[in-house]
This record gives sequence, structure tokens and C-alpha cells, in this order.
Amino acid sequence: MADRRRIAFTERIADAPILRVEAVHKRFAGGAGEVVALRAVNLSVARGEFVCLIGASGCGKSTLLRLIGGFETPTEGHVLMDGRPITAPGPERGMVFQDYGLFPWLSVRQNIGFGPAARGLPRAEVRAIADRFITMIGLSRFADAYPHQLSGGMKQRVAIARVLANDAAVVLMDEPFGALDAMTRERLQTELLTLWESTGLTVLFVTHAIEEAILLADRIVVMAPGPGHIVTEVVVDLQRPRDVASVPFNEMRRDLALLLHGAPAPAAAAKVEEHV
Amino acid sequence: MRARLDASSGLLAVLLPALLFGLWWAATLDSPDGLIPQPQQIAVEIANLAGFGQGDDAFTGQLWINLLASAERVYGGFLLAAALALPLGLLIGQLPLVRRLMDSTLQLLRPVPVTAWQPLFLILFGLGAHTALLLVTLGCFYPILLNTVLGVRSVEPRLLEAAAMLGLSPTATFPKVVLPSALPGIFTGLRLGLGFAWVVIVVGEISGVRTGLGAMITDAREVSRTDVVIAGMIVIGLAGFVSDQMIRAISRHVLRWNPRQGGA
Repeated sequence: MADRRRIAFTERIADAPILRVEAVHKRFAGGAGEVVALRAVNLSVARGEFVCLIGASGCGKSTLLRLIGGFETPTEGHVLMDGRPITAPGPERGMVFQDYGLFPWLSVRQNIGFGPAARGLPRAEVRAIADRFITMIGLSRFADAYPHQLSGGMKQRVAIARVLANDAAVVLMDEPFGALDAMTRERLQTELLTLWESTGLTVLFVTHAIEEAILLADRIVVMAPGPGHIVTEVVVDLQRPRDVASVPFNEMRRDLALLLHGAPAPAAAAKVEEHV
Repeated sequence: MRARLDASSGLLAVLLPALLFGLWWAATLDSPDGLIPQPQQIAVEIANLAGFGQGDDAFTGQLWINLLASAERVYGGFLLAAALALPLGLLIGQLPLVRRLMDSTLQLLRPVPVTAWQPLFLILFGLGAHTALLLVTLGCFYPILLNTVLGVRSVEPRLLEAAAMLGLSPTATFPKVVLPSALPGIFTGLRLGLGFAWVVIVVGEISGVRTGLGAMITDAREVSRTDVVIAGMIVIGLAGFVSDQMIRAISRHVLRWNPRQGGA
């Protein structure tokens, strides 16, 4: 197991990264002037990697995800996928929103078939694809239900399935399980890992929950606000499935908590500079 | 459970009308020939208007022809208004250029009531059914237009993002995302418009036409047949109610995906 992972890891290093964020600054025009959301952000994500972005609110983690999604453009710097600049949203980068973003007038089947239908595939093929993913997420009984008839966990399964049905190579997830109850969240985390392990997807996952990040990620990117920047990156070298009660898990949890809440020195220093 | 709820809410729905009829009945109990007829006299008159009674006067059996004439103008005017207001509302909602072009004109004309248009319409289109129909069109136009614009503009940005992320082309976004999002607003507008059409039709038929419920009421007033006037009012109320129920049934079916549609 450990060997297999190491080999996989070496191969990844040999590969060119699927995503690259190079010296990105992002400023928004606000009411009282400009708001700097991101400053000098560099990030590179390997094909098949599971990366979590973690940080307090206002650290720019969602902005970074939206830049990669193509919903925003960087004020300075470059965001690249497979070496090409990202200029707009596209099916190769599927986004899973915290509030699901399902089309309320479409059934589960039609929501999942939305991308294939938008690509102009024949109706029968769209249906076959949709049904395959409906089975995969275990919602066959709800294929013809509308989103308002589903629980939050079911809606998020549909949201994940529709980007997979659309052949996304990168899945961008913006606190996808943040609105779910603890039991549902745990189940979906497990399901997501199973999916990721069986598909070779690249996942970029924004969260503010330390435990979730350690449970899921190959690598955790720690961000801090004022303005948003990357503090450090932590490689999670724990074997999956990970035991949240184990000693190494909790050591890592403590280290990350210190980084996020207990070590304000760099941010404070930056503030002083600004005030001067 | 569901059935009991329906039954009790049905009971609640008829409670107030029953109370009003009771009050009316009690107030007119001692004066069978007073200014206001008794409810039972109105019931007899409605039967007479419908041709089911023993009566034989100028109004006997006249209900159907008048109801039909009014309904034709109501639905004709409503459909014409929808045919104009829906595309215009979609354009105004979607295209800022059209919005800027049309907004001042529409807002200036909006406060002018239908009754103020009536004399002008009479001069332009003459006495007759056209004027009544066009007044209805005018009356329906704004509710449909404004709610359509509102519907288009209230598209959730998240859904536009989701569509773009799933690879939907910008040209397909309007029919696939904007239009379905606007449907609840559109149906609200259609419902308000059709309701208002029944208000306007009576105004439109007060002068210049010989048929229609408005004309029937006007004729009755001139010969002091208060019973016919009130019977006509009740028929208009019922016709409007039936219209509303029909459009609600259609809307419940079309918008069955909408959780807010249940009790609307």
C-alpha cells in the first residue's frame, strides 16, 4: 500500500502540474476603494492530487477557487490549466457549490444530464450517462424527483454527479459539506474519497474545518487573511482510510490549529507595516 | 390527514362569504321592497338571467350572451396583452439597452389609469367591442410586463455560474436558464393580469357596447333594476374566480418543481 502510493507520488512529480497559479493578485473594487483579496499567491496542483484550501473567513480561499473556476480573472498573474490560461468557466473544471446550484426546474436525471445535453449529445446517450451516475450516487429511486424534494446530502450528491457526468478533470469544491449535518457530512466525505480513488480526479477542496482537511487531503494549503495569502503547505502523509482518533491525526490537527489560530505573528506584522 | 386539511380549509374559505350573505339577509329581512334587494331575490334574478326562471322581462335569459361577450373580450384582451408584454418583458429584463430605451416611456405611461384612456380609445376606435378589448389589453399589459421583467432579473447568479461551468453556451443560457427561472414571475403577472382584466371589462363595457356584463349592469341601472345590477356583480365575481382557478391550475402544473407554488 505504502509502496503503491510512493510510486504514484513519484509519477506525479514527473508529470507537469494540471493547475498552476503564478504570482496572482486579486483586487476587487469596493465601496471605500479597493479590497485586496489575494496577494502574491503561487500554487501548483498535480494531476490526481487532492488538495484542501483551509483558512479563516476572508483569507481568499474561495476567491482562489473561483479564479481557477474561471468565474473571476486575476488582477495580476496567471492561472493555468495544462499550461493554458483559464479565461472562463468550462466543463473540464467542475464546480461544486455549498448551496448546490442545482436547477430547480429540472429533475435529478435532467440536472445530471445537463452538461452532456449542453454538449449536444443525443438524447439517449445523455440519459444513459445520467442514469449511470444516478446509480453511482445511489439515487435511482429519486431519478425523477425535483431538487426541492431532496435532502441537503442528496442535493450535494447530485451536484457532484453532474460535474463527473460532464467529464470534469478537476473538481473544485467550495465548502461543499458545510451546510450538512455531521452524519451526512461524514458519509459524503467517505463517498467522495471512494470516488476520487476510483477515478483519478484532481480535487481542490475549500474548507474551514481542520479535521475535514486532514481526513481528505494529500496536501493542505493553509491561507490567512489581511490580505489573503498562502501561509504554508502541509503534506498529509497518513494512510487512508484515516483514523480521526489516531495519534498522528491529532498531532496534525493540533499543528494546523496552531498555524490557523495560535500563530498570528506574520499577519500582525503585516498589519503594522500597513499602518506605518 | 391531507384530506382533512383540504376539508377544513375549504370550510374556512366559505365561512366569510356565508357570513356576509347572512348579514345581508338579516339587514334586508324587513324590507322586501327596499333599496337593496334580498339575497333570495338575487338568486331568483340570477336564475331568470340564466333563463331558468318563470320570469319574462327584458333581462330573461340574457346572461349567457353577455357573459360570452365579456369573456371573449377578457380573454382576447388578455392574450393580446400577453403576446405583447411577454416578449417585451423578456427583452427588457435581459438586455440593458432595451431597458434604458423603454424604461422612461413605460414608467411615464404607467400611472395613467385605464379609465383615463377610455375617452381617447373611444375617439380613436369608436364605440364598440374593439375599445373594450383594447382597454382590457392595456389593463393586463403592465402586470404581465413588470412581473416578467422582475422574473428575468431575479435569475439566481449561482445558476448562471452553474450553467457556464457545465459548458452551456451563452446563447443557450437564455432559453435553458433565464426563461425557466423567470416562469414563476411570468405566471404571477399572468394571474394578476387576468384578474385585472375582469375589473377593466366592466369599465370598458359601460359605454358604447350593447352586450357584455358591464353593458347589462349599465342597462339595469338605467331602469332601476338593482337586482340585476347585483346579480351581474356576482356573476362577474364568479367568472373572475373561475378564471383565476384555471390559471392557478395551469401554473401549479407548469411550476410543479417550485416548492413555493404549493399554496400560492
